[in-house]
Amino acid sequence: MAQPKDFGFGEDEQMLRDSARKFLADNAGIETLRRSVAHDHHEAYESPVPPATYDADLWAKMVELGWTTLAVPESSGGSGMKMVAVAALAEEAGRAALVSPLITTLLATCTLREAASDGARAALTRIVGGEASALAITNADGVWDSADSGVTAKVTKKGATLNGTVHFVQDARKVAFFVVAAKSGKKVGLYVVNADTPGVTIHPDRIVDLTRDQAHITFENVTIPATQIVAPAGEGEAVLTKAMPAWLTIVAADMCGAGEWQLQTTTAYAQMRKQFDHPIGFFQAVKHPLVNMMVKIDEARSLVYAAACAIDVEPKSAERYARLAKSSASDMAAFCSGRSVQLHGGIGFTWECDVHIYFKRQKHNQMLFGDGLFQRSKLADMFDSAA
Amino acid sequence: MDAKKDTPEQAEFRDHARRWLRENKPAPLSTRLPEYPIEVVSDEHRRYLCDWQKKCYQAGLVACDYPKEFGGGGHSGFQRIASQEMGAAGTPYLINVIGLNMAAPTILHHGSDELKRKFLPPLFAADEIWCQGFSEPNAGSDLAGAQTSAVRSGDNWILNGHKVWTSLATFASWMIILCRTSNDDKYKGLTYYVTPIANTKGVTVRPLIKITGQAGFNEVLFEDVVIPDAYRLDEVGNGWQVAMTTLLHERGAAEGAGGGGGDTLEERTAGLVRLAKRMKRNGKTAWDDAAIRDRIMQIIVRAEGMRQLYRRARVGGLIEHPMRIPLQGKLLISELLQDASALGMEIAGAHASLYLGDANAPDGAEWPLSYLNSYGITIAAGTSEVQRNILGERVLGLAKSK
Repeated sequence: MAQPKDFGFGEDEQMLRDSARKFLADNAGIETLRRSVAHDHHEAYESPVPPATYDADLWAKMVELGWTTLAVPESSGGSGMKMVAVAALAEEAGRAALVSPLITTLLATCTLREAASDGARAALTRIVGGEASALAITNADGVWDSADSGVTAKVTKKGATLNGTVHFVQDARKVAFFVVAAKSGKKVGLYVVNADTPGVTIHPDRIVDLTRDQAHITFENVTIPATQIVAPAGEGEAVLTKAMPAWLTIVAADMCGAGEWQLQTTTAYAQMRKQFDHPIGFFQAVKHPLVNMMVKIDEARSLVYAAACAIDVEPKSAERYARLAKSSASDMAAFCSGRSVQLHGGIGFTWECDVHIYFKRQKHNQMLFGDGLFQRSKLADMFDSAA
Repeated sequence: MDAKKDTPEQAEFRDHARRWLRENKPAPLSTRLPEYPIEVVSDEHRRYLCDWQKKCYQAGLVACDYPKEFGGGGHSGFQRIASQEMGAAGTPYLINVIGLNMAAPTILHHGSDELKRKFLPPLFAADEIWCQGFSEPNAGSDLAGAQTSAVRSGDNWILNGHKVWTSLATFASWMIILCRTSNDDKYKGLTYYVTPIANTKGVTVRPLIKITGQAGFNEVLFEDVVIPDAYRLDEVGNGWQVAMTTLLHERGAAEGAGGGGGDTLEERTAGLVRLAKRMKRNGKTAWDDAAIRDRIMQIIVRAEGMRQLYRRARVGGLIEHPMRIPLQGKLLISELLQDASALGMEIAGAHASLYLGDANAPDGAEWPLSYLNSYGITIAAGTSEVQRNILGERVLGLAKSK
């Protein structure tokens, strides 16, 4: 089916986006952000346990607004909105550099909904009920490729027993349960594991980004009941493959929102800061990179909506569009981040200037699920089969 | 296509346009047309294209939205449809691009009714070709520095000076021209006229040879050329405002010309993959080289990004500033085509040295030729540097560069 010209972005989607923008400006603005994650550099980087800032009140409000159920199909009690709506929300989260398990829960949701199992539906129902979730699918090499998680599953009559260590789990200390990829022999299955299950140990990573937490998680004879099997061994890989375009699109959308913040903030500074008798934005050495930021953001954002729309109506092209979007957004994020610090000059290099918060979030997202180089390598592979 | 949003009248017109174009699409010439209409130099091409535009005009597919009394169709929203259908039908471009995209809207906005009646119908029919006299040897990006003078003499004006980058001037009957009528003020010293070019005493048109070695545009010299005051557009001293009307339309036209629809771009990017699969590099094909693959994919990401950008430009909920996307068009397409051709040359390796007329040149020397030609687009209609100034100032609100 061909994509609609307007990406399917209609009144409902716009209303959601506008209300999200307002809500986040009111409840998670730059002052709040700075106070919560960047008020003290010792605490950020030298605490005995790396921080995992979490605002339970904010989470409750977002659940109440229905944000966590957007991507949940109506059959599982969600609102089943289009992917363009999810992308729009992720974009706003990025614009606010939102500190919350919202994004990671959206990623888990988009994975669970691709598995037509009772276990998946039960997990989606928990998300509808306000529980947060995270994907746990990446191995120690940082390979998030579905075929190679660092966990094994021994399937029993009653359920499964998991052993091993999964890495690079996002917002691991803010979620109620993980969607874990585990191998039985060569077959990948997907399992819901509660964060408080005996045998689960969360080891926080020390990370650069201040707007999330990350961990590697050890499973030691973690036993789960059959009701928590999302995809039985052998069926997990297909689910992950189908969900992957949504992950790329959501993260790319987050980067677009953050990129726009970097552009607007740096532009405002270039209008205000005077050197050599002019606002520095007068000089083309400053003006032109700002324009280049804008151009790259607009390219990435257009590709993000094309990818979201493809997921909604043209699934055969979803992977291609999602990789285009993630490639564009990753490079954009890297460029905008570099320029946002550089063009702020001396103040931009200090902890007190907010640009480093976005810089670090962007660099984290750039790598998540593969950077631009990685995506383009996969895109090129698609041309191998074509004549 | 936006067919879904057509009114009943527009839908009927779309059907008419589609059917007419299908039935009247001309057989291609034996020689290949240049990439863009402004590069037409041969008489054979000119005749073929003028005939085609005239037929389209007679069929109601040109000037659809202009008032009837000035030779237009008197409709609203029809031209967009006609252009879409022409693009879809793959018919030849309209040769009088400068006339249609720049002269006609400027005359419509600023000309007297008498001038509109005199100039517009033959312009639409391609009976008279138009060219544009803005740039000068010392006034390129800084257009308001134009020095070609117009001095009043009774009911006439006497023009003296030197215009460059004048596409289509060898065929042109008329030129829209920006002249200096006063040195007291840079901007308010400019006045806008229409001047005859063909068979006109004191006018010399000289082809300029591009870096490709081909003719493509011209310089035009004015020596005591006499034109009546009736050929002045708007008031004396208002030339800069009139020129802004023209430029508003030019950048859109340049973008359309550069894009040639999406086809040129898609053809170019697909051509890169095909070329890489043929060319050898380091014992394998260039396509097997990871760095080359990445470079090609970078171009493909940008090309698809541009397509989606134009798509997004029409979605009200997904744009912040009305000019933010439209003002990027010319910059993006020109730099993308340039980078794509440059990459084609790199992939061709030693073969990139082979030029027109060499039997061994890959793709008929398209890569070096289009790379050389690409600088025409990054320079014309406001250089990329000027485009970035405009974006920075008009969209981002940064202080204006002097």
